[in-house]
Amino acid sequence: MIADITDRQWLWCAAAFYFAGFLLGTRAFFRGNRPSGMLTYAAIVIGYLFQFIGLGIRGHADGGCPLGNTFEMFQFTAWSAISLYFLVGVTFRSSLLGYFTASLAAVLTAVSLALPAWDSARPTHIFGNNHWIEFHAALALFSYGAFALLALTSALFLLRFYSLKSKRVDGWFSFLPSILDLDHIGVRLLIAGVALLGASLAVGSVYWLRDTASVSAAKLITAGIWIAYAAVLGARLRGRLLARRFAWTCLILFAAALVSLGPVNSSRHPMPAVRISRDPSP
Amino acid sequence: MSAAGFFVIGATHHTAPLHVRERLALGADAEAALHAELARGQELSEFAVLNTCNRVEFYGVAADPGAPARVEAAFCARQQFDPAEFGKFRLHLRGQEAVQHLLEVAAGLDSQMIGETEILGQVKEAYAAAQTRRSAGPVLNRIFQKAFQAAKQVRTHSAISAGQVSVANVAVELALNIFGGLAETRILLLGAGEIGEKAARAFRSRGAAALTVSSRRPERAMELATQFGGSALPFEQREARLAEFDVVVGSTAAPGAVISRAAAGAAMRKRPARPLFFIDLALPRDIEAEVAGIENVFLYNLDDLAKIAEANRVAREGEIGRCRTLLAERAHALWRHVEPRLAQAGGAKEFRQLGYVPR
Repeated sequence: MIADITDRQWLWCAAAFYFAGFLLGTRAFFRGNRPSGMLTYAAIVIGYLFQFIGLGIRGHADGGCPLGNTFEMFQFTAWSAISLYFLVGVTFRSSLLGYFTASLAAVLTAVSLALPAWDSARPTHIFGNNHWIEFHAALALFSYGAFALLALTSALFLLRFYSLKSKRVDGWFSFLPSILDLDHIGVRLLIAGVALLGASLAVGSVYWLRDTASVSAAKLITAGIWIAYAAVLGARLRGRLLARRFAWTCLILFAAALVSLGPVNSSRHPMPAVRISRDPSP
Repeated sequence: MSAAGFFVIGATHHTAPLHVRERLALGADAEAALHAELARGQELSEFAVLNTCNRVEFYGVAADPGAPARVEAAFCARQQFDPAEFGKFRLHLRGQEAVQHLLEVAAGLDSQMIGETEILGQVKEAYAAAQTRRSAGPVLNRIFQKAFQAAKQVRTHSAISAGQVSVANVAVELALNIFGGLAETRILLLGAGEIGEKAARAFRSRGAAALTVSSRRPERAMELATQFGGSALPFEQREARLAEFDVVVGSTAAPGAVISRAAAGAAMRKRPARPLFFIDLALPRDIEAEVAGIENVFLYNLDDLAKIAEANRVAREGEIGRCRTLLAERAHALWRHVEPRLAQAGGAKEFRQLGYVPR
């Protein structure tokens, strides 16, 4: 019975649980209560496990990390963001970060599932037999998960900053983490993201240096994203980019990083793509 | 057992003004003596005394309908309070109403400062004292334990305890919103008067470790600093050393500002990554209003804090109806369970026969 469940059905279930986490938090807000950390966390954990199974099935079928199309990239980014939330969010015991992470994961997974065109062509063995390139791609997407969480943290920071400056600290604002906590989370996520993407590029460069013809302009965008994030990290650590400007920069950079996923994906060299018939339901 | 059953008798801030409550307040020795006296009597099978600055309440279980009057008489005699006068301030509830009252007290609904949490600890202490003195039995055990659960439920599922309602606590809450914790937050108190002392106490009670006091009267600054385990700073160094602090509380009686925008700007250039929080409790104000325009600097004056405290108080009051309904449901369910047991037991003698009377 369970064996008959398709990868997309598992991923739909995951999206449903992420959405449940979002709904639980929203309901608590409208009742004027703090989102329940335990309930949101439980919804995220179950969604994460379902997503892990769904992506695992796809990975097995694809013969590698499921990063073959935009759908899989969005799914993997959401999964990476949740993985990092387990490391960061729980440490800071922020129920609101859990709520926003569940919301982000719900949006990323639901949008990718709702657009069948993103998953119509599903190439397999996209990395050939080169595990280094596969590792490079997985690390890069994982770093995007860190940047996604950083963007969320930045949004929370801006909300908290606004609430304190405008002296509106009641209602929803009272559930926000403190300015310093959000700043610390943001810096840690930025360090993690820059390190992961840097490692990804380092791994990729070993391959590309041997075959410079395969390096397209679009791929250089990823390097550009890393340089931009590294520059932001340097400016933050030197005290040149702080508070609101730091938060806005992280938000804008993540938007740019998301937009860059399309060109990077389409710049892939044609591989012997095998279309796997996609189960249209649900 | 419709006669006395479960009852509460006493006086609270709702029924008695402060000068009366002062006369009714039980000292530790008087409370122990009264407890012993009630325990010697035969009419009460269980009882507990809740004695705080805002209430003296006797919760009892008895078959005899005259038991509450005898408790009242014993209390008035010990406090040398005219029983006829006590009648004007008396709170006396029975059965489900008494259960509902205890639930509301434990949840902070009946407190002077609605939603405050200290009362729950005081109710727990009263119950623990009754257990220690072996005057709590099956009825009080159940009612008090259910009251604790109900209080927790109400606080979790409503905003009755949300937000602070005193200016000093609002200031501390804001500092927590900025710094997360106060253990490593350095606090500078400008002014060592009553307001400064209240602020110091509020910060200390929430874990602030590093308090520095600066006053135009150095001896008073030293005195306050010693009282709270902090240090004193010469008043003329306040601006030069501003960058060393995270929270600055102004409460001097100076005729003009004692912290300028230029000084705050210079301090922030030395510590740009760490926010600086100014709390201006002084009139005239101690901190120039332009300070609020500096990035990563937050400035709240007395009006700002009072507005937040008032909004929190109104929000808490808005929750009372919902909480009462919730507690009424619980009181009803609890009473449905307790009443038959009271009826079966019939009275003190039967309670003892059942082996419930602990004393």
